[in-house]
Amino acid sequence: MNVVVCVKQIPDPASPGKLDPSTKTLVREGKLVVDDSDMYGIEMALQLVGTAGGGEVTLVSMAPNNETAGLRTGLAMGAAKAILVSDDSLKGADALTTAKVLAAAIKRVNPDLVIAATESTDGYTGTLPVQMAELLGFPSITFAKSVQVDGTTVKVDRQTEAGYDEVECPLPAVVTVTAGVVEPRYPSFKGIMAAKGKPVEQLTVADLGIDGGVAVTQEVTDVVAAEARKAGEIVTDEGDAHERIVQFLEQLKVI
Amino acid sequence: MIPATDPELADDLVAAVRKYVQQEVVPAASALEHADAYPDELVDGLAALGLFGATIPLEYGGLGLDTVTYARIVEEVAAGWMSLTGVFNTHLIGATLLKLHGTEDQRRRWLPQMASGERRGCLSLSEPDAGSDTRALRCRATPDGDEYVIDGTKAWVTNGERAGIVALAAKTPEGITCFMVEKEPGHTSGGITVSRKIDKLGYKGVETVEMTYDAHRVPVTAVLGGVEALGRGLPQILGALELGRVNIAARACGVARAAFEASMRYAQQRQTFGVPIARHQAIQFKLADMATKLEASRLLTRSAAQRIDAGERADVEAGMAKLFASETAFEVATEAMRVHGGYGYTTELPVERYYRDAPLMLIGEGTNEIQRLVIARGLLDRYES
Ligand SMILES: Cc1cc2nc3c(=O)[nH]c(=O)nc-3n(C[C@H](O)[C@H](O)[C@H](O)COP(=O)(O)OP(=O)(O)OC[C@H]3O[C@@H](n4cnc5c(N)ncnc54)[C@H](O)[C@@H]3O)c2cc1C
Repeated sequence: MNVVVCVKQIPDPASPGKLDPSTKTLVREGKLVVDDSDMYGIEMALQLVGTAGGGEVTLVSMAPNNETAGLRTGLAMGAAKAILVSDDSLKGADALTTAKVLAAAIKRVNPDLVIAATESTDGYTGTLPVQMAELLGFPSITFAKSVQVDGTTVKVDRQTEAGYDEVECPLPAVVTVTAGVVEPRYPSFKGIMAAKGKPVEQLTVADLGIDGGVAVTQEVTDVVAAEARKAGEIVTDEGDAHERIVQFLEQLKVI
Repeated sequence: MIPATDPELADDLVAAVRKYVQQEVVPAASALEHADAYPDELVDGLAALGLFGATIPLEYGGLGLDTVTYARIVEEVAAGWMSLTGVFNTHLIGATLLKLHGTEDQRRRWLPQMASGERRGCLSLSEPDAGSDTRALRCRATPDGDEYVIDGTKAWVTNGERAGIVALAAKTPEGITCFMVEKEPGHTSGGITVSRKIDKLGYKGVETVEMTYDAHRVPVTAVLGGVEALGRGLPQILGALELGRVNIAARACGVARAAFEASMRYAQQRQTFGVPIARHQAIQFKLADMATKLEASRLLTRSAAQRIDAGERADVEAGMAKLFASETAFEVATEAMRVHGGYGYTTELPVERYYRDAPLMLIGEGTNEIQRLVIARGLLDRYES
């Protein structure tokens, strides 16, 4: 079974992010790292391929400046190869544009399954995977908390607010996985060494031959600071604290 | 000559270790240390990363890393928990002995198993009455046909219980000989018994034991380097200890770094007299001295490692690095405690652990008094007029 994992390479969340004052978008110069939320997808893909007993994992990424540092992490974990689309014309691309680019790149490998994170850590739109599925003509299942492949069907426990739904659909399909779905492995030293020699195909928009091309039309008109978090409520126990806490949790619909 | 590790690869490896240490070691270290519990999971994690094969050549299944990269990795691990670096230190000293002096058969037989961590090694030179004075060794290996019979008591054997192979110094008619003794991990194996577990001030979690050999038999093929190498054990072991001294120096850098970084953070948070204590000159001077000595330690360590990589004799340089870095770790850990005030003296913060761990590096792998002798003798040799 061949699995594609969409991998976003983002500015290191450990160092404070910066917005470009003119474009009002995140500055993406300098070394990028693999988005932690994608580590789960990579691990899931490796496990699925392992269980299937054959096939390989291909990473697909769109990133500026031919950045491969984040892809190397996934290759070190065990992915076989990577495709990177890097093109100056894609600067400031919105989710749909990115979906078009990734879908075109994914088509080249003819996968049985495409895995993505539910959303990225730096963008949080959470729309790209389903847009990509639509463009590929694949069914999609979001918020997977467990994934199993059975022949030509993918079976997913899909996280919901109340619990989870058991959903299945035919392959090829797009599945988005939640954080914590599996425990991502640490790349071993041998894996890191081997990753240096694994193929990373570098493509531009022209190489993809996208019907109608892509144009970056999104403009960020304004950025406002998020509302400061409100102070929490302190419940002092006067014999009824448990009831008040239960009420509060019910309001939040968490119980 | 050890082939240089590609610098970009080295950075990636160091970054991978740092991540592992931050996510797995730092959150677990203090509790394990206070319980003096063997860190099975962390050791398995380090084995999965490949650390047990770090300096073992590629052709024997290791990673073939150069000593400079190895030292950087040791610093990362020690900055999380110093004890963990002890788990692979004497293991890799044993592997280095095989690499440098083993017969091809011995290398093929043991190095691949050691590289994967499946067979773990330890080094057994010291005895209850022979530490610095290695000529006073009493453990005997008596030839008997195509076997040797080993009798004696060895002290301070780090990893002794869990090891599956011991690099053992014992007296034969030719002098001190190094044997590679296979054993089953555990309390007893043949005539070998773990007679005592030594309780320590720090460096907890990893075992340091006393081991007794009672008519334990080994084949002649256990002589490191074969029968031609009988009586050459001391120079063999002292040579491999150059790597051990770089390990100790790098550990000292790790402990000093952890103590320094904790102090940096605390000095900017803790307020007295209306300002963070980092604004008081008395504290600033401490921070400046800590950082300067840490940087110097790291550079000495790197320089010693570079010499080993270049295939040059490095006793003086490894001695200097071990001496200076360990004294620095001891000093920086003490200063870190002062910076933290009363909180530094509690078991809630790791500063007290750094303070208890640091003195090991003053003593282990040759005391600092002995390092000074080694350095001076080496220099007098080089400057002989
Ligand atoms: C936790 C721990 C783990 C260890 N692990 C191992 C291990 O895995 N394998 C192993 O073989 N050994 C190990 N050692 C032993 C260690 O290498 C010895 O403790 C060390 O070499 C000192 O020997 P000693 O304890 O006998 O002290 P001694 O040699 O008795 O020294 C006592 C004091 O006298 C000083 N001194 C001795 N001779 C001289 C001299 N000629 N000139 C000036 N000063 C001198 C010393 O510096 C020291 O201050 C370990 C030790 C410790 C504490």
